[in-house]
Amino acid sequence: MPDRPVPHFQEELQQLKNRLLEMGGLAEDRVRTVVQALVERDAPLVDRVLSGDGPINALHIEIDSRCFKLLALHQPMAVDLRAIVSAVKINTDLERVGDLAVNIAEAVKRYMRHPPVKELIDIPRMADIAQRMLRDALDAYVRRDTTLAQAVLNEDDALDSLKTQVFRELLTYMLQTPATIEPALDLILMSRHLERIGDHATNIAEDVIFMVSARDVRHHVREG
Amino acid sequence: MSTVQSALPPLAVATAGTDRTSPPGPAAIDVDGLNFYYGEKRALENITIRIPSHLVTAFIGPSGCGKSTFLRTLNRMNDIIAGTRVEGRVVIEGRDIYAPGTDVVALRRRVGMVFQKSNPFPKTIFENVAYGVRINGLTRNRGELEDRVEESLRSAAIWDEVKDRLHESALALSGGQQQRLCIARALAIRPEILLMDEPASALDPIATQRIEELIYQLKSRYTIVIVTHNMQQAARVSDRTAFFWLGRLVEYGPTDRIFTNPGEKLTEDYVTGRFG
Repeated sequence: MPDRPVPHFQEELQQLKNRLLEMGGLAEDRVRTVVQALVERDAPLVDRVLSGDGPINALHIEIDSRCFKLLALHQPMAVDLRAIVSAVKINTDLERVGDLAVNIAEAVKRYMRHPPVKELIDIPRMADIAQRMLRDALDAYVRRDTTLAQAVLNEDDALDSLKTQVFRELLTYMLQTPATIEPALDLILMSRHLERIGDHATNIAEDVIFMVSARDVRHHVREG
Repeated sequence: MSTVQSALPPLAVATAGTDRTSPPGPAAIDVDGLNFYYGEKRALENITIRIPSHLVTAFIGPSGCGKSTFLRTLNRMNDIIAGTRVEGRVVIEGRDIYAPGTDVVALRRRVGMVFQKSNPFPKTIFENVAYGVRINGLTRNRGELEDRVEESLRSAAIWDEVKDRLHESALALSGGQQQRLCIARALAIRPEILLMDEPASALDPIATQRIEELIYQLKSRYTIVIVTHNMQQAARVSDRTAFFWLGRLVEYGPTDRIFTNPGEKLTEDYVTGRFG
C-alpha cells in the first residue's frame, strides 16, 4: 500500500498521546515546583501549587472523553485497543500525581510554620527520582519502549528505601527533640507522597509493557 | 403494515430537542415534512431534517427502515420507480427540488450519487471519468478534459494506481478500485453534494478502509450523505448520524453523541445491537 494515507484514527490516537504527554509534563512540573518551594521556603510558590490544579483536572476530563470517543467510534483492535485502555489508566495515574503534589504542598505549608528540622537531602533526592520515573514512563509510552519501562519498575526500590531512610532518620530527631515531632511528621508525609508518585510512575510503566507486548507484569510478576 | 405502525408507541422525538433538526452551520439540504409512498404504502413518514454542508452525515437503521429510499429522494432518483409519490419539501440551495419545473438532470449534476455496487461503464478508465464531463460540455478542449480527469482521479485517491493504464478497460480494476473510479466519475462533474448508498458494502476490509478515508478527505470540499447498514462505519466516518426505523427518523445528532449517549431508547437498542 504505497500511497495509502494515514488513517485519521491514527492521527487522533497521536493527538491523544500528545495530550497525555502534556498532562505528564504538567504533573512532573508540579512535583518539581512543590519541592523547590520546600527547599527555598517559598510560600507564594506553595500557594501556586495549591491553587494550580485546574489545567491537570481539565486535561483529565478531556483525555477520558477522547478515549471514550475513540473506543465508541472506531472499535480499535489489538495494539490500538491496548493503547487506549492504557491511556485511560495512565490518565488516572497522572491525575493522582497532580493531587499528590497538592498534598505535598499542604504538608510544606504546615512545615514552614516551624524552623527547619534538618537540612533537606533525601526528600529532594526522592523528588528527583520520582520525576525521572514519571518522565521515563511517559517516554516509554510514546516510544513503546519496554526496556525503558522495565528500568522504571526497577527504580521503584530506590525510592522505597529512601522513604524508609527518611523515616528512620526523622524518628531519632523526634525522640531527641519532641518539638520537632510536628514538622518531622510533615516531612515523613512528604516522603510518603513522593513514594506514591513513584508507584504511579510504576503503574504507567506496567501499562506500557502491557500496551506494547500484551504482557501483564503487575503484582510482582516482573522480569529482573 | 399499517396496523403494525399504528401499534407502535408514539415517538417522543417528534417534538424533542432542536439538536435533531438544527445542526450548526449552513444547511446543504433542508427537508421538511417529507412523506414518501410506494403505491399505497407509506415508506417515509414526516421526515424533517437539516443536513449541514461540508460534513459527513450518515443514515443508519435496520433493513427496510427507509434510509436508502430517503437518500434517493434527495436527488429524485425515486422518480424512475413507477407508482411512487412524494409530499413535503426538499430544499437545496433555497429551491424545493420537487417544485414544478425543476430540471432533474441539472439537479443530479449538483447532487451526485455513488451506488452500492460499483458500476463502471464498459469503457476505458479515462472514458469513464470523461463521459459525464463531455456530455455536459464542462470543458472546452482536450487539455482541459485531461486535467479534469486527472484531478478527479486524484481526488478519489486512485490516480497513482491507474495513471499508467488510463486507456485500459475499467472492468479490469479490482472491486475497490472500481468503486473509487465511480467516485471519481461522480466528482468529475463537480457536484456540491455526494450521496453514497452503501458504497463499501461489497468491498473487503482494506478497500473499505480506503473508501472511508476518502470520504473523510472529501468532506472539506463536498457535502456527503452516506447510507450504511454498517453501524461501525457510520461511527468511523460521519460527523452526524440519523437513525431511521420503520420509515421514521427516530434520532439525529452529532455522531459521537449518537454512539455514546443516544437520547432515544430505540437508538440505544439499535446501536448496542439489541435489535436490527
